[in-house]
Amino acid sequence: MASEKIRELLVPSAICIQLDASDSKTVIEALSNRLFEAGFVHSSFSQAALERESRMPTGLPLGGKFNAAIPHTDIEHVIKPALALATLKQPVNFQNMIEPETAVPVQLVIVMALEQAKTQVEMLQEIAGVLQDEIIIEKLMNAVEITQVYEAFS
Amino acid sequence: MAQPKRILVACGTAIATSTVVAKSIEEEMYKRGIKVITRQCKASEVKGLEHGYDLIVTTTPLPKDLEVPVIQTLAFLTGIGKEDVLNQIQKALE
Repeated sequence: MASEKIRELLVPSAICIQLDASDSKTVIEALSNRLFEAGFVHSSFSQAALERESRMPTGLPLGGKFNAAIPHTDIEHVIKPALALATLKQPVNFQNMIEPETAVPVQLVIVMALEQAKTQVEMLQEIAGVLQDEIIIEKLMNAVEITQVYEAFS
Repeated sequence: MAQPKRILVACGTAIATSTVVAKSIEEEMYKRGIKVITRQCKASEVKGLEHGYDLIVTTTPLPKDLEVPVIQTLAFLTGIGKEDVLNQIQKALE
């Protein structure tokens, strides 16, 4: 499933390939900071996303080799819509969205910086489509450079 | 004509996830000949809104003491078990 929308909203400087992280907090902070430095979110985004993740986690078991998480937070922390993406060197635990007491070992993290607009819904729909596509997930996980991340979505 | 069924769709912030879920349910139920009306809300709002709905579909945990049947699923995000969930929803509405 090609996704022009994801390609448009992905911020190149907010793509981390084979990130070496020991926990979900490190991943969320790393991606949030990249989005902040690129001017897409306010400095409050990182803390807000962490806080939301602890209350309402976003780990999604995908049923295949890799699982994903889609951290996000309230719209007031966002300046303009953007996506940040990390593939992880080793899985880190996120809690399951539907069963927060259960951990999900995650290797693909897409941070959604959403603001109240039609685009954000379309974006999530696209992401849901991608998560259901094993070929894209495989390509993303095999990517060693940023251009390959974009290629995975085309 | 039968009255449309009313489904309350809950997620963490009532912004994106519930919209995706609500749209999928509307489309899929339409294909099955069932007319539904959906409303999105935050998980924390369900308790005050549940009356007047036939079913609640949620992607995040809800209070246990609800009077309306609840289906908890990630299938509209991950695709896993989507057909089963659609069948469950259809059954719950009949």
